Amino acid sequence: MAPVLIIFYILAAFTLATAFLTIYSKNPIHSAIYLVLCFFSIAGHYLLFNAQFLAIVHIIVYSGAIMVLFLFTIMLMNLNKEDEVHKPRITRLGAITVFVLLSSALVLIFMYSKPFVGEYYTSHEDFQSIKKLGTVLLDDKDGFMVPFEFASVLLLVAMIGAVLLSKKEKTSK
Amino acid sequence: MENILNQIGIENYIFLSVLLFCIGIFGVLYRRNAIIVFMSIEIMLNAVNLLFIAFSTYWQDAKGEVFVFFSMTVAAAEVAVGLALLVSVFRNIGSVDISNLKNLKG
Repeated sequence: MAPVLIIFYILAAFTLATAFLTIYSKNPIHSAIYLVLCFFSIAGHYLLFNAQFLAIVHIIVYSGAIMVLFLFTIMLMNLNKEDEVHKPRITRLGAITVFVLLSSALVLIFMYSKPFVGEYYTSHEDFQSIKKLGTVLLDDKDGFMVPFEFASVLLLVAMIGAVLLSKKEKTSK
Repeated sequence: MENILNQIGIENYIFLSVLLFCIGIFGVLYRRNAIIVFMSIEIMLNAVNLLFIAFSTYWQDAKGEVFVFFSMTVAAAEVAVGLALLVSVFRNIGSVDISNLKNLKG
């Protein structure tokens, strides 16, 4: 077995285990920590694909920004205790049934689909360095200029919306 | 540069993404805490991103990776607005249990 394959299996097992523990652990703080580990292992998958820029951005955005936001919210609401009541048994059973059926159906579909045989296509040129990614993103003809600008508008709207929503309402009474 | 998929295989990545996505769905259905539901949504988004990168390497094309940037932007915006909503819900109701959000019920 190739060493890369062993690394992949270890990383994949780690990703799945931490993702499951995120949902399974009772304490929201523990969930957040497991989610950080899950994101780090996904960044490891990106590094396996040699997508360094994306791996770094993933760590900064997810493990940095989003998880800090989650942890702050959990601590703001004093949720770091294990007092959550479970859903009714029928709902939990339904959730488990949906999980088992959906995952086995999808895995079986892909297992019995037409398998890939032969060598994978290798273009012997650079396609995922930062330079190339910037060229593809902001190309003149078939670049992504308009979605890029809309992304900035989206972030502005999200920022204003978050400030407006979490601002304390004036007590008018 | 050798294609890494020659050693791992695209099927393994498809299975990993499918399982991650199903774990996310399971979390949304199973838990009552709204914050954990948000985390499950993040897990699902990440499963899709991973598949995008896998197929971007499959075709040796950078456009899949560029798409992941936009998906990350949307995820960041979604989390910011969603957590602000949760904070204001918590201020009004006193908990983030999604079974308690019944104020719109007639």
